[in-house]
Amino acid sequence: MSLTLTRVSTPPDAPQQAPSGRKRRPRYLRHVLLTGVGVIMMYPLLWMVSASVKPSNSVFTDEGLWPAVFDFGNYARGWTALAEPFEIYLVNSLVIVTLSIIGNLLSCSLAAYAFARLRFTGRRLFFAMMLGTMMLPGHVLVVPQYVMFDKIGWLNTYYPLLVPHFLATNGFYIFLMVQFMRSLPQELDDAARIDGCGPFRTFWKVIMPLCVPAFATTAIFTFISVWNEFFSPLLYLTDPQLYTVPLAVRQFMDSEGQSMWGEMFAMSFVSLAPVIGFFIAGQKYLVRGIATTGLR
Amino acid sequence: MTEVLPRVRRRKRQDWAGYVFLLPWFGGLIFMIVPFVASLYLAFTDYDLLTPPRWAGLANFREMLGDATLHQSLKVTFVYTLVSVPLSLAVALGVAMVLDRGVRGLAIYRSVYYLPSLLGGSVAIVMLWRYLFGYDGIVNDLLATIGITGPAWTTDPDYALSTLILLHVWTFGAPMVIFLAGLRQIPAMYYEAAQMDGASKWRQFRSITLPLLSPIIFFNLVQALIASFQTFTQSYVISNGSGGPAGSTLFYNLYLYQKGFAEFDMGYASSMAWLLLMIIAGFTAINFLAARYWVFYDN
Repeated sequence: MSLTLTRVSTPPDAPQQAPSGRKRRPRYLRHVLLTGVGVIMMYPLLWMVSASVKPSNSVFTDEGLWPAVFDFGNYARGWTALAEPFEIYLVNSLVIVTLSIIGNLLSCSLAAYAFARLRFTGRRLFFAMMLGTMMLPGHVLVVPQYVMFDKIGWLNTYYPLLVPHFLATNGFYIFLMVQFMRSLPQELDDAARIDGCGPFRTFWKVIMPLCVPAFATTAIFTFISVWNEFFSPLLYLTDPQLYTVPLAVRQFMDSEGQSMWGEMFAMSFVSLAPVIGFFIAGQKYLVRGIATTGLR
Repeated sequence: MTEVLPRVRRRKRQDWAGYVFLLPWFGGLIFMIVPFVASLYLAFTDYDLLTPPRWAGLANFREMLGDATLHQSLKVTFVYTLVSVPLSLAVALGVAMVLDRGVRGLAIYRSVYYLPSLLGGSVAIVMLWRYLFGYDGIVNDLLATIGITGPAWTTDPDYALSTLILLHVWTFGAPMVIFLAGLRQIPAMYYEAAQMDGASKWRQFRSITLPLLSPIIFFNLVQALIASFQTFTQSYVISNGSGGPAGSTLFYNLYLYQKGFAEFDMGYASSMAWLLLMIIAGFTAINFLAARYWVFYDN
């Protein structure tokens, strides 16, 4: 399942097709096609950015991507249009995302090290179980988990959103890290052991520092998925002060009658901007990660 | 899949160390196994969270047989899955193949196509979709410029689901990146040899690309089916929680949510969850069985 991003026998730029006798379509046609697809893909996003700086009453009448009239006030008004100022939601989401990343990195790397490097009874069985949990639909667990969190008084707290990340429940990240650790030479562990390191020091001093690329992939994927997460916050958070960004943005739909279109698209864009930013910053790790595990 | 595990060199067993490292994961396992068993139990009970669960035998499942709303939600989920999954995988494979032929600016194209798949599940994008396709929305304005009168996409029950299918196709970038990585693994000499023998492009696709890529197509298919059956955010946001118009975007998981967490009929919600689990397991099993006939493993 592990793939590299370089072609096996030919360098990436080498021509694939030897010129044949048949008439070849000109090269630029392919670029026209690819650019056309690209424009369609980007159009909704560009339209959203454009709508976010249009006056609310012209969002659906001024059709062009370039606004006839600019209204940057949408951002200021949208920021304070909901029950709480928008920075509350941003901070809430940021706290949850940061702790989730820490949780995933710690718990998944511990588990991955055990699977990739240690010999112990039941290793294969546990690994198979881990792969099994990756396929388990989360909604089978949601009713009893909700009941449990209700009984211990965790509704309207962040614990239901955070605890799973500290318990290595996302097998994808473990799998990703196992794949990565497997590529490190076993001699490292042997050398560390000869120098008197136990498994914990070997993990902490030798393996962890080398796994930074896998950790970066995990962190970025965790950021994006937790930032976008809608179902769990919807289920567990009912106090608007605790709302995450997606829950906050959704509230604009309840105020449809007040025609706050400009404000709505402004805050929608604010909610997507961190994901887009992380994508641009961490592209390399994302593409590598997705090719390794098929994570999305 | 267990052959993925590396062979660890023979040396003294380190049972205690392994278990210590796995402690958080063991906790997580309990955190999953206990609810798993509990939900199977609840599926056979009547439970509203306030009074203790009462054993109801097969009553929930009998009720499901006659629940027209449930049948509607199954239909919506099946139509969505069976149309959008093959469609987006086909687009992903097609675009990946065009990109694979050493296109200048590959990295830029790849980024542009991939970005939407990171955003497609977000509330903001589904809301945007609702207004792009709204009666007065920009899609109909664009259609009007080429002389087509578009339907009322989001309020016409015949069209509402198709907007979500289009949203799914919009996120083809994730499987595309996986296909792209897979295509890179196919040695170029196979194509060179085929060309020498005079094989057409189509023949090369059928006899080289498809078989060698089949494990990755299979992997993408299994993943996409499992994810698609669990669609929730899109359904909730596009209809503002109702599944409307006329139940046309009432996905299975939205109905489960309404039953379990609006009506607090948690026994019924649990039995629904188990039916979905069975359906997903069935589809996955069929996939794995069918894989014997079309998935080609080189070694």
